[in-house]
Amino acid sequence: MHMADALLSPAVGATFWAASAVTLVAASRRLQSDQREDLIPLMGVLAAFVFAAQMINFTIPGTGSSGHIGGGLLLSILLGPRAAFIAMASVLTVQALFFADGGLLALGANMFNMGLCTCFVAYPLIYRPLMRHAGDTPSRRRVAWITTLATVLGLQLGALGVVVQTQLSGISSLPLGGFLLLMQPIHLAIGLVEGVATAALIVFVRDARPDLFARDALPGRATSPARVPARWLAGFAALAVVMGGVMSWFASSHPDGLEWSIARVTGRSLVEQPAWPAVDAGTSVAGIVGGAATFALVLLVGLVIRRCQRLKLHVRP
Amino acid sequence: MCDRDAALRDVTSLRDAAARDTPLGRLDPRAKILAVMGFIGVVVSFDRYAVTALLPLALFPLGLAAAGNIPLGVILRKVLIASPFALLVGLFNPWFDTQSVALAGGLHIGAGWLSLASIVVRFVLTVSAALLLVAGTGIVSLCHGLRALGVPQAFIQQLLLLQRYTQVLAGEAARMQLAHALRGGALRGLPLAQWACLLGHLLLRALQRAQRIHHAMLSRGFHGVLPVAKCYCWDSYDSFFLLGCSAFLILVRMVNLPQALGAALLRVAA
Repeated sequence: MHMADALLSPAVGATFWAASAVTLVAASRRLQSDQREDLIPLMGVLAAFVFAAQMINFTIPGTGSSGHIGGGLLLSILLGPRAAFIAMASVLTVQALFFADGGLLALGANMFNMGLCTCFVAYPLIYRPLMRHAGDTPSRRRVAWITTLATVLGLQLGALGVVVQTQLSGISSLPLGGFLLLMQPIHLAIGLVEGVATAALIVFVRDARPDLFARDALPGRATSPARVPARWLAGFAALAVVMGGVMSWFASSHPDGLEWSIARVTGRSLVEQPAWPAVDAGTSVAGIVGGAATFALVLLVGLVIRRCQRLKLHVRP
Repeated sequence: MCDRDAALRDVTSLRDAAARDTPLGRLDPRAKILAVMGFIGVVVSFDRYAVTALLPLALFPLGLAAAGNIPLGVILRKVLIASPFALLVGLFNPWFDTQSVALAGGLHIGAGWLSLASIVVRFVLTVSAALLLVAGTGIVSLCHGLRALGVPQAFIQQLLLLQRYTQVLAGEAARMQLAHALRGGALRGLPLAQWACLLGHLLLRALQRAQRIHHAMLSRGFHGVLPVAKCYCWDSYDSFFLLGCSAFLILVRMVNLPQALGAALLRVAA
């Protein structure tokens, strides 16, 4: 569910970039001030583990399809929320750069949906309180359902983020209700699969190395509770959504709610509605001829470059 | 995501491309990062129905590929197999946006088809630019460029370690899966219990590996900052490159070049 550059407007992309960048800087500063150098290799290796784990799929019983883990909650449990957010951000960056998942503008939105929602909302507000409530030696079943629940809710929030960002951008024409009905149930199913897998992994590691899960055993979990960051991060999230909404009014080609209701009441539009489409979409004769000519030119340039590269390859040996 | 192994192989080809000495590779990574971010900003700033006006922007990734001697085939293949989420969402546009737009010659087209075409063009442009940035710079140089642009140290170290150990752990995961398959297990899609056991062991090994790496780093004098082997300095070529890119992007954004070209062609024909 990587958000893509192609679906984002600049205002929404920049707003979510700002929210994620502020979180990233704050998390990095905190990590540095805590002097947790031992966390650095652990974060790198565990983020790499998330990649490797996504290579191995398991079968989903009764469906014939297969799934893999997402990683956000697993990293939060093992590293603590701040280090996990940095690790998730790095995973998403590598995915954007090497695997063409998402894009560079959408990276901020993706960090928000898949990093922030899990590490700073699902983990501190769902997983931790429930685990604390479960006591020092919770049963396997209890660990499993708490992990599954936190994964599902984190993913639901992330999917909601994708819907909100797409709607605010206005590039897609999907209506809000339809998009929500499409995204949330699909991600409920994906979340359940990911949650069960994450739970199976956590239960296995808890059995093999209970010492890792003893209170304050792993670095990062020893730091102060995430209550404060959760509060101001929720503030940032709200700010991002509000700012995105406000900014998208300027970009939207549709009248906003206020204008629409005024038009309904007075029977005429308050602002002069531009004839659709407001911007020439290039459908005139000159636009089509020029577009075709440009396309041909671009294709030609590409072919020449390819030809030159082949020639160079032949010359070199 | 299912074809991670093939994707990892492509990562190697991107890394090979970055290792070559090319005009693009010699540029300061900061210049390239700024140019690509500017390019993506310009692409997404167009109207949602813009299709032809976006086309001249394709010259930017083509120029990068030429300057970096990066095989276009690899980039195109990666764009084609990339996550199709944007295209899936875009496919709904023709259904929901049914306003009709007059084309030349009395033809009509649904506005949704125009915006779908726009999403496809945007997708190809932005994704190829990001891939070319890393293929023409290399992840290590890219990290140093990002650091120089003010990205937090902790995040840069994390990126450097991640790109190093992804290969290592992916190789380990692949070997474990092969060993399991050779002993009669399924090659794709393990039962959940076996999957958890396999990955649990990989996770335990990863934790031990992290501890060994930390000890090795400490014994080499690590004090919280990874050293930079190469020094980058901004020179006139970088300024020239950035100015050229900015001028091109501003020109394409301000002037509808295909429209102007079409008008000129029609005038010549008439």
